[in-house]
Amino acid sequence: MSKFQFPESIKSRPVYGTLEPRPGKAHLFVADAEGAEAIIEVAARDAGLMAKAHIIYIPKGADFADKLHALNPAQFYEGPTYAASVQRLRHVLENAHQGLQVYLTGTEGLMGQAQNEAMQAGIPHTAIQTEHRGSVARRMQCVHCKGITEDVMTDPFVCSHCGLNLFVRDHYSRRLAAYQGVCIDAEDPGNVPEPVELYK
Amino acid sequence: MSAAPQKAKPGGQQIPVVVSAVVPLNDLVTRFEFQRRDGGLFPPFSGGAHTVVEMKDGDLTRLNPYSLMSDPADSSTYAISVRREDDGRGGSLFMHRNVTQGDEMMISYPVNLFSLDLRAKKHMFFAGGIGITPFMAMIAQLEQSNGNWELHYACRTESLGTYVDVLSYKYPNKVHVYYDDQKQAIPLEDLLDGQPLGTNAYVCGPKGMIDWVHATAQAAGWPDAQVHSEEFLKPEPGKEFEVRLCKSDKTITVGENESLLEAIERAGVEAPFLCRGGACGQCETDVVKADGEFVHRDHWLDDEQHASGEKIMPCVSRFLGTLELDR
Amino acid sequence: MTIQFNDETFRDDYSFRNSDWAIKRFPFPFHEDSYMYAVNMEQHRGGPEGSVYEKRFDVDEHYVSEMRDRAMVLADDPLRCQSLPHMTLAGWDLLELIMVSKSEDYPDLFELHRDGNQWRWINKPLGIDDSFTFLDETTLPYGPMEYITRQTQGDFCVLDQRDDMLWMDAGMVTTQADWSLDFDIGMNFFEWHAPVPLAHEKGIFVRALKFLLNIQQGAPARRLNWTMTVNPLLDTSPENYHKWGIQKTTLTPENIGSKQHLRVELQTFFRLPRSNALVFPIRCYLCSFQDLMTMPKWGRRLHRVVRDLPEELATYKGFIDNRPMMLDYLSQFDDGQPTSPGVWPDFETEPPLKT
Repeated sequence: MSKFQFPESIKSRPVYGTLEPRPGKAHLFVADAEGAEAIIEVAARDAGLMAKAHIIYIPKGADFADKLHALNPAQFYEGPTYAASVQRLRHVLENAHQGLQVYLTGTEGLMGQAQNEAMQAGIPHTAIQTEHRGSVARRMQCVHCKGITEDVMTDPFVCSHCGLNLFVRDHYSRRLAAYQGVCIDAEDPGNVPEPVELYK
Repeated sequence: MSAAPQKAKPGGQQIPVVVSAVVPLNDLVTRFEFQRRDGGLFPPFSGGAHTVVEMKDGDLTRLNPYSLMSDPADSSTYAISVRREDDGRGGSLFMHRNVTQGDEMMISYPVNLFSLDLRAKKHMFFAGGIGITPFMAMIAQLEQSNGNWELHYACRTESLGTYVDVLSYKYPNKVHVYYDDQKQAIPLEDLLDGQPLGTNAYVCGPKGMIDWVHATAQAAGWPDAQVHSEEFLKPEPGKEFEVRLCKSDKTITVGENESLLEAIERAGVEAPFLCRGGACGQCETDVVKADGEFVHRDHWLDDEQHASGEKIMPCVSRFLGTLELDR
Repeated sequence: MTIQFNDETFRDDYSFRNSDWAIKRFPFPFHEDSYMYAVNMEQHRGGPEGSVYEKRFDVDEHYVSEMRDRAMVLADDPLRCQSLPHMTLAGWDLLELIMVSKSEDYPDLFELHRDGNQWRWINKPLGIDDSFTFLDETTLPYGPMEYITRQTQGDFCVLDQRDDMLWMDAGMVTTQADWSLDFDIGMNFFEWHAPVPLAHEKGIFVRALKFLLNIQQGAPARRLNWTMTVNPLLDTSPENYHKWGIQKTTLTPENIGSKQHLRVELQTFFRLPRSNALVFPIRCYLCSFQDLMTMPKWGRRLHRVVRDLPEELATYKGFIDNRPMMLDYLSQFDDGQPTSPGVWPDFETEPPLKT
């Protein structure tokens, strides 16, 4: 089972749902890794959905591309990384019309970044569906140097840009698509607790 | 916190004005223009704002909200356009029959419950009849900032097409008018199709039209957050009922043709309000005890709050039975 | 000029000082001997003469030095001032509100001359005399919000109002109590307050939001908030926390009176007319413990408040580790006598400290 129940948290932490088919002129899916399973499930709930669907999928080592292809979406793209796919995503959004439904599924980092692109294009974040699947790793911003560290699995962790020891907050910025990391030993330099895996 | 806390005046700040012009526009609609009595300038306002006009009708004080429809950039004059409602509660009839140039009145500071979403890539306005008024100000505001907008305006007949002439003259390519008596209708589904992402729709008109625009947009996959509407509810008549005001230690009777809020005010009890139309939330009142049935009509409380029986919006909602309020 | 402006610093050698006048008018935030969150809003329509509540935008002896400190913060980190594209109109609203208010409230310091949209703004303390076209960004050296808030004490959050919600869509934030505009910009009211403990559970933010959504043109409101800061440091930002956090450990029983400051925010709220946005100025006042102790009532009360504050709040406000040392110091100024109600020092009537 690729779904994970996140513990209840503060109000800025995103809450993910379960994808459901919604009326729309066009349907854009962006997913990575196990997110493919959520697409397969929602496609099964509405036989007409895939005929108007564009799937952008980043496997991240998972093996679902054939199954997604078999859904017969109107357009299917398999990208090696999110960074490689983002130009295509922006192009699709720039040329889209009101009535486009956006479905995001997979890791938090992928959903957050794609959501930000959709918001920039003019879709309210409340109208964008999300479903978490797969890794619970977090995309973290260092509040000090502003650098983003991807796929953080422990608390605390070391900023991949400035090297400060940061603790993982649940405070989340949609605009940055990242959680906030704050220096853990500012008041007692060098006193850094052993990293613990998230949610353990 | 400080030594001398000051209480807000219910209904917000008022501005003493003089009626500077009364301009009949057609059989049903008349424009009223106001200037400040102190000769000063009005505060600027945002398109979609309304003002609450105070009418001294004999012993009765009527307070009716009307959209400000003048150019928000023009601080010398505020204007409203009032449709005469022959079967209404009397406010519009009072304006039409009793208010003349030179009269002194009180109006409230502007309040906006129907503002533009300034992030929108494009603004689509849907007006029905007198629902054109807020769009007059919104259009003037957007024209100042080169905003991207279009108007679709449904009127009963050409002769009742309030401001059709001026709008069509100034913005021939942006204004589209549809006359009921010529069997013309807004082609809503077509219009909503193909709009760029980030387009926002605004509708002001009869309830049926508002519901139709929301439902059609939703079926076309539009986010509801991008469909804005304003419907001023009017208090509706209903059976007389009795209310105990606990804090003021008074018992009042709400008459058939007055609202609970009006009855509270008539009893000399200060109660907060702003829109008097069930939308702003300002008059929310705690229920102490209720023996009977609520007739909730507001847009403010959610279904759960309505069902709880713990709150009421006295500007538009009523009660069948006897009620005790924390007021 | 009526105000003698200090030449002082809020960093490095910390030469910031409060005059006797500034201590007397310090907005002490505790109206009783204990503290808990409350919405505690009141109308912002003036206040006692000379108090910080009297004018719409209070100008005091720290003005010129605070503006110098702000310019230094912005030079180091321009992200402290941001405005999402749809907030430019609100920026003009704010510029107009401040220019009109200051020129009316302090005619000896500020002048505004308007001829239609041709405006001339004179700021004597900062030596500014600019002519520009209202609503034309190309005629100002910065965007309208940045231009005017580089000349106005306090942080500024400009909140868009949509869907019965407030959105933090623009701001000038250089004297903040440990929150980041760059991180929080674009968030809604509940989201940017998410890290605050206890208050969500108490329904404080739901009530506060309802109040704020209904703030009307011509009817501004205000409230106080507070925290603690070691050294008179204005820029207690998360961005620089790894640099200033260590200062919290430099308190000693000998220096606490001069180093430990009560930091009070006078928060005001104004509806902006053209944009229907809400501006939320957060004006920061600092006062050292030893200066506060010159008012016997404040000494007694501050001891009781700090002593009885729930642990979560002391942690959130960042002084849980220093609380024992604070209490050792403050207890010397609490002789157990009752205090008069209200925030004012009541220096003439309160009994002196029993020794």
